[in-house]
Amino acid sequence: MKRREFLLAAAGAAALPALSFSGRLFAAPPNSPRFLFVFLRGGYDCNNFLVPYSSDFYYESRPTIAIAKPDNNNPNTTIPLDANWGINPVLRDSIYPLWQKKQVAFIPFAGTDDLSRSHFETQDSIERGEPLSQGSNFRSGFMARLSSTLTSVPAIAFTNSLPLSFQGAGKDIPNISLKGDTKAHFDERQSSILAGMYKNTSLASAAADGLSLRTTVSMDLQNEMVAASRGAPNASGFAQETQRIATLMRDQYRIGFVDVGGWDTHVNQGNVTGGLANNLRNLGQGLAAYAAALGNEWNNTTVVVVSEFGRTFRENGDHGTDHGHGTVHWVLGGKVNGGRIAGEQVAVNQQNLLQNRDYKVLNNYRDVYSGLLGRIWGLNNSQLQTIFPQAKPRDLQLV
Amino acid sequence: MRPTALTALSLSISLLIAAPFAIAATPTTLGQDDVAWLKRDGFGLDTAAVAQYRALGRKALLEKQLDNRIADTLPAPVEAQIASYESFHTPLQQLLTSIQQEQELIKAMPNGPEKDAANKALQTHANQLGQESQQAEMLHAIYGPNQLKEQLVWFWLNHFSIYAGKGRIRWELADYEQNAIRPHALGKFRDLVMATLESPAMLEFLDNAQNAKGHVNENYARELMELHTLGVNSGYTQQDVQQLALILTGVGIAPTNGKPEKFNPKIAPQVVKNGLFEFNPQRHDFSNKVLLGKTIKGSGFDEVEQAVDLIVQQPACAQFVSRKLAEYFVSDNPSPALIAKMAHTFHRTDGDIAQVVRVMFESKDLLANAGKKFKDPTQFVVSSVRLAYDGTPIVNAQPLVGWLNQLDQPLFGRITPDGWPLDNESWSSSGQMAKRFDIARAIGTGNNQLFTPVGSDARGAGFPMLTTRLYYDAIEPNLSQATRGALAKATSQQEWNTFLLSSPDLNYR
Repeated sequence: MKRREFLLAAAGAAALPALSFSGRLFAAPPNSPRFLFVFLRGGYDCNNFLVPYSSDFYYESRPTIAIAKPDNNNPNTTIPLDANWGINPVLRDSIYPLWQKKQVAFIPFAGTDDLSRSHFETQDSIERGEPLSQGSNFRSGFMARLSSTLTSVPAIAFTNSLPLSFQGAGKDIPNISLKGDTKAHFDERQSSILAGMYKNTSLASAAADGLSLRTTVSMDLQNEMVAASRGAPNASGFAQETQRIATLMRDQYRIGFVDVGGWDTHVNQGNVTGGLANNLRNLGQGLAAYAAALGNEWNNTTVVVVSEFGRTFRENGDHGTDHGHGTVHWVLGGKVNGGRIAGEQVAVNQQNLLQNRDYKVLNNYRDVYSGLLGRIWGLNNSQLQTIFPQAKPRDLQLV
Repeated sequence: MRPTALTALSLSISLLIAAPFAIAATPTTLGQDDVAWLKRDGFGLDTAAVAQYRALGRKALLEKQLDNRIADTLPAPVEAQIASYESFHTPLQQLLTSIQQEQELIKAMPNGPEKDAANKALQTHANQLGQESQQAEMLHAIYGPNQLKEQLVWFWLNHFSIYAGKGRIRWELADYEQNAIRPHALGKFRDLVMATLESPAMLEFLDNAQNAKGHVNENYARELMELHTLGVNSGYTQQDVQQLALILTGVGIAPTNGKPEKFNPKIAPQVVKNGLFEFNPQRHDFSNKVLLGKTIKGSGFDEVEQAVDLIVQQPACAQFVSRKLAEYFVSDNPSPALIAKMAHTFHRTDGDIAQVVRVMFESKDLLANAGKKFKDPTQFVVSSVRLAYDGTPIVNAQPLVGWLNQLDQPLFGRITPDGWPLDNESWSSSGQMAKRFDIARAIGTGNNQLFTPVGSDARGAGFPMLTTRLYYDAIEPNLSQATRGALAKATSQQEWNTFLLSSPDLNYR
């Protein structure tokens, strides 16, 4: 709240020649928990990410797109995690090291009750976080309710507009896309003049926050470029975005949201090469870059990676996969109780498929994440019920 | 190839030349009331709109607009631009046939880089066609002389929202815009519902093209009642959805493989065709249905006509459509009295859109809420370009589409079939405000590609001159103190333009 008041005052004092819009002044306390929600839109094919390599059925079902069983002499085979599961080798340099450090856990058979297999319906229902029978409030997301429950924990969405997850908080949750041009186009004088025009309107804080966020981000990016010239890897795509996110999450924000699109692979999705592999590599590099950029604060960080659904277990006639149900969620962080496959599981075989088509959901995300959020922030049951109404919090001891 | 009419100096001169028409008719400044009314009547002020208002007066202008007596004529270069778009000069049948052939060729190719490249080329082509439709709609919004109609076209495109990213829809958007929505924007609501119901874009988007006896798909039936006509929780039941879905079985798209269709001679007379729309009785469930308490006898396509009649005659439909119109044009929370009056007119006139809109534009509510409606991204972009370039034809509409993407309101970009929200709050997050200022700057400084032909790397045409007669007549007298203060601090014309386009005065209407 202090930050808001300052900005409003700054906006009011537009006549002053030099006003600092620097966000660092309002940094959140260090050593406090951070939570980043990464939403993979499009329903990623979890079976070519977390490979059930001990399942013959997997290899029968995917004659052209399966990922080969582990073979030490062939780098293009599954990297085994345990006796049953392995990951796609495109994640060898990004996610696998985190697994070895026990900083990442995977939850197969995860997802929602929503059986529509429709992208938008399922994405919306996940972002709302409400029980399906109570789907009429289209403008209230679980991240917004989390943010309202944790009154002094600053939240931000790294998107062009406010995602449904963050709608309905009753306060301004800033948003900014860090994908492309994040340059601040206005200097401090111009920013305070622009904000000053909105001073007495209901958009006063939105206008001031938006401008100040641009200025902060722009400043941080300059620092990033300096760091890069000292030998930091030259990141591209999502990794560049996550490094930018890390800077903001390290200093200022504690709850964040980002989405990554392009997972709807109906045609020629490939295995260790092709569209899905590129996306996974990009995602893995982004998450590893995020962990690295946070430095020590990675220990206070939890990241979850969620997609609206998994895909059909069998490949389709176009060497792709169609919309399915259960999927694999990821939980990462310096203090994550990782290096394991968490949650309830069943053997991967035809009998255990849902509707002879896709993974069942044995780990409802509302139950799992209410358990997780409860541990991260020590929330009580009534707080958790506000965030995920009617959920039955399940503590998978993820942190 | 620098369009000289766009240098700041000559632009202001051309405006001065255009002005005497306006001066002759009435006093130089418009009343606050007149400006407020014009801001709701159109996407934003330009010299032509003000001149038209002065020449006709409010009442006659409204009449002419609602009677569709102001032609949709665009400036010749803009008209030529749209006519050059592939999807606007190629019949839909031909487009769909060619894409089907292309898809079959690709399917037959062996996997490998060639197939991937062919797939990619097909997608690029589709994206191009999709962008043509987005551009054409923006050009109409900016240059269309009947601004009230143009707003209604956008409103209905959004009300009957279509998502470009699905299936073949990018090929079908131009047809949807031109043949389903635009001709009915001011007509009877029922005709609009039927036009969308018969449009390939809608049939594909909401899956009714797949809806057949024994393989019922309820998607369109549900949205037709929930989103297009009656509104959620308006009293229809799951049973009604199922019955309507049965009524809609066989309502689909004619095959586009280029081969003539063969129907059983007994059933052939029941076939209904209208362009690519086809009612196929072989796919229809002929049982009797009960919809909203009325029995509809199994009889073929006539069931659909009866069902749509029944639905649009429900009081809930009049209420729902009136409320949404009022939300777009009047206020986030329109008064129940206004909605009731509009709904009454809807009912009395058999869903005559122009009559319902007239009630709204003649109501006190319209101006009572002046200055309180935050422009959505489309209104902001269109009004800014209208003011800045004042009728001068731009040569490249792609930046307009890009700006709407950045502000998260691309036309045909809403994935869910509910259309973009119409309230202030949805468009004013801090990130969107910052983006909006950036776009105001791109327009105000001339750092944009609007006058750079596609494929050329020529520089733009310089910045617009916003301190025109139009500005002094219609905008300056009503500016708030805060905005005046900001403008006084501008150190250049470009910065002054940017502040003006960013100001609450130009972002609320």
